[in-house]
Amino acid sequence: MRIDSPAALERYCEEVKEKKAKYPYRVSVCGGTGCQAFNCLEVYEALVESIKENDLEEEVELKLTGCHGFCEMGPLMYFQPMGTFYAKVDPKDVNDIVVATILQEGEVEKYLYRDPVSGEKIHHREEIPFYKKQVRLLLGINHLIRPQVIDDYLALDGYKALAKVLFEMTPEEVIEAVERAGLRGRGGAGFPTARKWRICREAPSPDGIKYIICNADEGDPGAYMDRSLLEGNPHAVIEGMAIGAYAIGACEGYVYVRHEYPLALRNLLVALDQAREMNLLGKDIMGSGFDFDIKVAVGGGAFVCGEETALIASIEGKRGMPRPRPPYPAVKGLWGRPTNINNVETWENVPLIIRMGPEKFAEIGTENSKGTKIFSLVGKINNTGLVEVPMGITLREIIYDIGGGIPGNKAFKAVQTGGPSGGCIPAEHLDIQVDFESLQGIGSMMGSGGMIVMDENTCMVDIAKYFMKFLCEESCGKCVPCRVGTKRMLEILTKICDGEGTPEDLEALEVLAADIKAASLCALGGTAPNPVLTTLRYFRHEYEEHIYNKKCPAGVCPALITIKIDPEKCNGCGACAKVCPVNAISGEKKQPHVVDPELCIRCKVCMDRCRQEAIYAE
Amino acid sequence: MKSVSITIDGKAVEVPADYTILQAAREAGISIPTLCHDERLEPFGACRVCVVKVEGARALLPACATPVSEGMRIWTDLEEVRRARRTVIELLLSDHPNDCMVCERSGSCELQDLAYEYGVREPRFQGERHTYEVLDDNPLIERDYNKCIVCGRCVRICREVQGVGVYDFINRGFDAIPGTPYGRSLPETPCEFCGQCVSTCPTGALVSIPYKGKGRAWQVTKVRTTCPYCGCGCQVDLHVRDGKVVGASSPVMVGPGQGNLCVKGRYGYEFIHHPDRLTRPMVRKGGELVEVSWDEALDEVAGRLKEIMEENGPDSVAFLCSARCTNEENYLLQKLARAVVGTNNVDHCARL
Repeated sequence: MRIDSPAALERYCEEVKEKKAKYPYRVSVCGGTGCQAFNCLEVYEALVESIKENDLEEEVELKLTGCHGFCEMGPLMYFQPMGTFYAKVDPKDVNDIVVATILQEGEVEKYLYRDPVSGEKIHHREEIPFYKKQVRLLLGINHLIRPQVIDDYLALDGYKALAKVLFEMTPEEVIEAVERAGLRGRGGAGFPTARKWRICREAPSPDGIKYIICNADEGDPGAYMDRSLLEGNPHAVIEGMAIGAYAIGACEGYVYVRHEYPLALRNLLVALDQAREMNLLGKDIMGSGFDFDIKVAVGGGAFVCGEETALIASIEGKRGMPRPRPPYPAVKGLWGRPTNINNVETWENVPLIIRMGPEKFAEIGTENSKGTKIFSLVGKINNTGLVEVPMGITLREIIYDIGGGIPGNKAFKAVQTGGPSGGCIPAEHLDIQVDFESLQGIGSMMGSGGMIVMDENTCMVDIAKYFMKFLCEESCGKCVPCRVGTKRMLEILTKICDGEGTPEDLEALEVLAADIKAASLCALGGTAPNPVLTTLRYFRHEYEEHIYNKKCPAGVCPALITIKIDPEKCNGCGACAKVCPVNAISGEKKQPHVVDPELCIRCKVCMDRCRQEAIYAE
Repeated sequence: MKSVSITIDGKAVEVPADYTILQAAREAGISIPTLCHDERLEPFGACRVCVVKVEGARALLPACATPVSEGMRIWTDLEEVRRARRTVIELLLSDHPNDCMVCERSGSCELQDLAYEYGVREPRFQGERHTYEVLDDNPLIERDYNKCIVCGRCVRICREVQGVGVYDFINRGFDAIPGTPYGRSLPETPCEFCGQCVSTCPTGALVSIPYKGKGRAWQVTKVRTTCPYCGCGCQVDLHVRDGKVVGASSPVMVGPGQGNLCVKGRYGYEFIHHPDRLTRPMVRKGGELVEVSWDEALDEVAGRLKEIMEENGPDSVAFLCSARCTNEENYLLQKLARAVVGTNNVDHCARL
């Protein structure tokens, strides 16, 4: 079916909606990469089987979709219109679930979500605290969309924003709409999107060609917002890019996606083909006379290729190394032409703004940061997952209300935002409003949306070392401060963790941090010292403990801890001695055991094993 | 080109709008150190020793790669600027062998000059140093990556100027280094051994084997000449020590070659002091070549030419000139043929 006018699109969307309206029920299984790791595909197969067996094929619309967000609880099943939500579903019980929920209009209590705080079972998804406080403008439709089925997107009025833009708005009006919405880049720096578009639109091109790029080279450890968006709703990215291309005057777009995202890549390629077939992409889109097509470039996995100039070099077939700016890509980018780069989440916000209206969009958020932001909430947190929250929400709300707090009643120590380029935020700042400026104000940054929660058992020097190691390995090696400076910082941090740190090392860290920040070529180096600087600022005492007292207060750094067994608590079960890989634990049966510190390699396997919690690190 | 007004260290200057900060500063007589910069190459912005403070910019900016703009206020000698540069130099030296005593480039090493200027004896930051095998897989170019500062000048000159692209960066982060595809030896690559990479290397990482150990910068006198190998007229500085040519280079941005040389211009000088080289005219007498004076030799040639011409006419003689001669020499030769001998039989080796 080729769409050759907005009216044809309208008709087609209505037809699809009518088809869907025939089903009284809908069951959606999350098929995101996270849930696939939990075997959700088997759950879906069992579901298909069960629907067939129970002769419900005419009654139930089945969907294997993109990420539902609650990754901690996968595999997930969501029944509508009842709103019943099942977590950690075992494929063998799927038929019971179908029978109970649809045929008997009840529920299977065992798989209902249980609130870890109150212990109560929760029936409806929207009542689960994890979902309750979120504003899921982008992720909220994932459970309705099979990523490889364009009709699912069209049933939600997909591509109508593009039709509206192409037939009712001038390019300048589109840019103004994005400006009024107050959209800022979701890739990390928060640059105003409309301003970027306008610079690119006004930049002269030697032959009139301009490009737009979707940056899907998400690389922060623990971050997977863009992957889930691209996996779950690729058409929204395509629609957003087409709107942007029209506004900027670009004829060709690229999606730069890392090869570690095979599902996102597959879904995107299928979506592109479908959009082309329906004339929603390509020559003379919907009969508007506007030509635009999208190519896909697959990245080789270098973190630095998320930096825009390195990304462009990579698309051009060169080594992914950043170059100095100016000139900015908006003026001189891909193959020397004006190029506009936004990340996946930014592009997905574009059709949303057109659809809901810029004013309405701008009602969400704070004075200078509008709309929602998706975070991947990971680390020492009860509800691991993807959360979409309005700008301006506090860190405390995200971590405690949505995230359900820290597991095992441990104390919160810090949260790392902004990935390796961000900073560790301590408890004293938990009530800060999350927006671009406030996070920068406390030494961190919004970044692309990674949020790693740390508890009392996390050593902040060790964490700084971890991020520095990541950046040191991911440095492209072009500029000296980043290439050699991050290596020297890592060496100093390693020395401190090994108990060989000196007071001069702290000074050297500070000198290096300041100069690497000031003199590096790109943002990777320019922000690389942030984890060290923020941990030094908020957790300096931990560094000092390592250096002066040769102690790791969190009991993490192997060189500075001793593993001990509390004779009061030890019941002599011998489990620890059995798992010890170096036979460092001995003791008579039913008598308190002891650890030989000479043999012990501080792997802590015994600690995990002990049911009496008798083993501790000191 | 339209011009813009900027200030550098408080000094107001007007420069063309397409200038970089570095160009503007140099024109204003303000020196900014560089390492990865070579006027023959596109700006790269990698070494960061040319960083300057531009008012309003978040971080320090590389003077070599930052274009000037109207009203720009630039500071090149602030404490924060000098401090960042010093740290960069120290970081480079923390992974550089401290063996200037025996280094070929001592005295003409850009890193050594910077260490001297910034007074860095021992870098504050110590740590792992690379140890690479010295590569001398060919008779002309030695590569000692222990001394490499990864400025990328070799990579870029080979690609941008030579259009060959023997090198690119390999590995990442601290281990990034220029290298050949699959670590092949230079003879296994398309390398033409022009030695341009050697000419741009700021340290002793790349050196010319034929000239190695024969004299350092202060021990040689540079004698400017025109390369005799072809008619391009590239300017060559012959490095002369004790009356012997011990090296050759080309002055950057001077003459038709703009500082670039080919394999012959850079390495083809062994003949000068070769024992087989003819240094006096010789004439065959009774089947034996005998050394004679220039007068006798020229008389012999003129006499024989005259004889042949009288016997068979001027067109029985032909003149063959050479691409190795200058335009002026070739001009004189054809003048001799046409005006003195009276023949148009003039040809050139390049047509053979």
